[in-house]
Amino acid sequence: MAKKKGVQKSEVRSQKSEVNFLPCSPASPASPSPHLPISPSPPPLSLLPTITVWAIALLVTATFAWIVGDIIWHGAGTISWEFLTTAPKNSGREGGIAPILVATGLILGVCLAVSLPLGIGTAILLAEFTPTDSWFGRLVRRSLDVLAGVPSIVFGLFGNVFFARTLGLGFSILSGGLTLACMVLPILIRSAEEGLRAVPNDYRLAAASLGLSRTTTLWQLLLPAAVPGLLVGLVLGIGRAMAETAALIFTSGYVDRMPQSLFDSGRALSIHIFDLSMNVSGGDTNAYGSALVLVVLLLLINGTAAQIADRWLHKF
Amino acid sequence: MKNQQKYTALAVTLSLGMLLSACQQNSPKTQLTLTGSSTVAPLTSEIAKRFEAKHPGVRIDVQTGGSSRGLADARSRLANIGMVSRNLKGNETGEFQSFAIARDGISIILNTNNPVKILSNEQILNIYQGKIENWKQVGGKDAPITVVNKAEGRSTLELFLGYFKLENSQIKADVVIGDNQQGIKTVAGNPNAIGYVSIGTAEYDIERGVPIQLLPIGGVEASTKTVQNGTFPLSRPLLLVTAKPPSGLTKEFIDFAQSQEVYDIVKQQNFVPIATKNVAKTSVR
Amino acid sequence: MSLKPQSADWLLLWTLRCLGAIAGAIVIAIVIFLVLEALPVLQQVGIGRFVTDPSWHPAEGFYNLMPMLWGTLLAMGGSVLIATPLGILSAIFCQYYAPKWLANLYRRLIELLAGIPSVVYGFWGLVVLVPLINRLHPPGTSLLAGIAILTIMILPTIALTADASFTKIPSSYLLGAASLGLSRWGTICGIVLPAAKSGLFTGVILETGRAIGETMAVLMVCGNVVQTPHSLFDPIRTLTANIALEMAYALGNHRSALFVSGLVLMGAIALLVVIAEAISQEEIYG
Repeated sequence: MAKKKGVQKSEVRSQKSEVNFLPCSPASPASPSPHLPISPSPPPLSLLPTITVWAIALLVTATFAWIVGDIIWHGAGTISWEFLTTAPKNSGREGGIAPILVATGLILGVCLAVSLPLGIGTAILLAEFTPTDSWFGRLVRRSLDVLAGVPSIVFGLFGNVFFARTLGLGFSILSGGLTLACMVLPILIRSAEEGLRAVPNDYRLAAASLGLSRTTTLWQLLLPAAVPGLLVGLVLGIGRAMAETAALIFTSGYVDRMPQSLFDSGRALSIHIFDLSMNVSGGDTNAYGSALVLVVLLLLINGTAAQIADRWLHKF
Repeated sequence: MKNQQKYTALAVTLSLGMLLSACQQNSPKTQLTLTGSSTVAPLTSEIAKRFEAKHPGVRIDVQTGGSSRGLADARSRLANIGMVSRNLKGNETGEFQSFAIARDGISIILNTNNPVKILSNEQILNIYQGKIENWKQVGGKDAPITVVNKAEGRSTLELFLGYFKLENSQIKADVVIGDNQQGIKTVAGNPNAIGYVSIGTAEYDIERGVPIQLLPIGGVEASTKTVQNGTFPLSRPLLLVTAKPPSGLTKEFIDFAQSQEVYDIVKQQNFVPIATKNVAKTSVR
Repeated sequence: MSLKPQSADWLLLWTLRCLGAIAGAIVIAIVIFLVLEALPVLQQVGIGRFVTDPSWHPAEGFYNLMPMLWGTLLAMGGSVLIATPLGILSAIFCQYYAPKWLANLYRRLIELLAGIPSVVYGFWGLVVLVPLINRLHPPGTSLLAGIAILTIMILPTIALTADASFTKIPSSYLLGAASLGLSRWGTICGIVLPAAKSGLFTGVILETGRAIGETMAVLMVCGNVVQTPHSLFDPIRTLTANIALEMAYALGNHRSALFVSGLVLMGAIALLVVIAEAISQEEIYG
């Protein structure tokens, strides 16, 4: 079991790393490495590198501890059941974040409802039905590579013009969710594609020899087998969407009340933090509290997804 | 291959159609949208909440974006009401109906560790133009001055420039900030910084122990009191504007926002309520 | 896959093609809309003025984007320069120095670091880092603060990518090194790094993209003065921060000009993708 877990984890990481621009490039070991036997210098003082490496690890850990410690130190006092379940009062200085949590959830929901089918569909197309060298596949891949690198503020500009104005959705949860969907799409596609490619070819051949249609093969065999990969993409996507501020300022807006429909404007958690710290005097305490909530939520989502992926792997 | 292109085009059209049909649903008529000045937005948000509580079924959306955005959206009817945090200028007065709901003053802030307690207009002007670069030139410590300026488009900046008769390009800033609170944080964290922010906000923070001090301008103490009695020179009205004379729900909301019922909210948000007499005068205009 | 789809699969295939086409069309839509919005100012003012104008004062009709382009490039360059060695060494620590439990813990920590929203970093930078730098050299909000925050933000990207590409190195390489009697550091320099080269490049490209695109944190700590910086302690404004700072307040040509900065950013990203592609081609055929 331990071994299995280890394997899965390394897979998870490798997918994470290949999310954006260059994922199709083969990993290095595939190409023969000509530098192999050349050791450029005799072993240097072996103590120095060891110390350096440990020192850097320590430095990174310390910085991290500083940031998270700062948030927990200032934010922990604010968090209470009441903080999570009441509406903000007095521009957010007092009261809680309930409507903001709901709005964040709705934005995320819209984002996933659109990007998941779109993303998985495209991934299936790219991994199963399109030869790597076809013009269509190459075109889609290239454009996804660029999409993955587009700065979030540019997504904000685009969402503002296209969803909020051209389509007339205005500042609304729908505009925000759709903008985020465009943003997380490349991440989802990439991970889903990796997941599908990781399914051994024998499955497909066996299914074909049994005379199954490719649709059946896909639903019954390939998709279930690719679930861990999909989940990784999902987690990464949710993480990026929840943490997003710049793309949402110009699309989902600023209203901090309980949204009643998807056409209402709703304030996402990260925008709430930004507004409290930059625009509301005396808003710092609640800004820290909200930041802590956001970080904990992200952690929970990461943890749950890892669990599910683990369990799914055992079923097979 | 041609086929594929055709289908691609089809797909795009289809998806657009789906999206469009999704947004055909009309919003209810009991909804008001306000956009504009980020200074006014927190205030109107709170007023809106109280208004909604009194009028069930009404929903008021407040979006920020700056005074010019408020005017533009009110003109294009994208918003029912625009929020503006400065006096209307030129032909704007003819084009819009304006209703003052509060006043706000702007003054210079320094860090409390800065021994300088007073600056003449001349000195402020020179500091912002980069002609005075060290605090010892105006009786302070020997330390370089950090000039904090507002980003383009903010009414606070326009008001400041207007009062000191400056162009933004003449200002030699060391830090450019977006919103009030960023300015206060910058000055609080830097003993050699000088900035200008809304007086109400600064007073609120001083009360809470943030290490900043308000400087008088033109010899007049900067406080909500002097803003209220009209002696403080650098002040502005916070306005609600509409493109045509308000009626129905819009009028109801504006009347409510000007009434004494919301004075406590105005004070709570660190602004100065307007005496009813002034209100009458402004709304006539 | 040379299996011929059966006729029953027709529906599926075309549904998928539609989805793929939509996904692929988003980038094109973004570019089209950016161009449409940028067009008014490009027609009235011309591209040249974005380079030759004396300053960025859109309210007064000056539209020079160059100082902000420099700001973006310097902040990006500085942070990539620092984060790359730190990230790679972090990954080396995980793979070859730390005991297993510590390596796993450290990995988790880096993953967590990757998940923290940029507003939180910016908030921390504004309250903690900027006052600190101010004590060193006022005003504190500076290129240096921007580089520091960006370094922390992009470090997880390069660290995780590097870690993943180290995992893929066949263990036979390491065994070979061990049998040659190479020291641990010798193995890393002589074998691990060259073997993982393309993975590391991917990481660098990824982190560069992130550094260019980062908005909120940079807006909070960089000072946002439009100028070409002469020292690390000078405040700067990046293209992304410029959009976030002024977009909500911009009308007419000013707004259009901000869409031009959006286009410039898109251009930078496209350039990165091309570079990445060139490198990967070289890896395969060179």
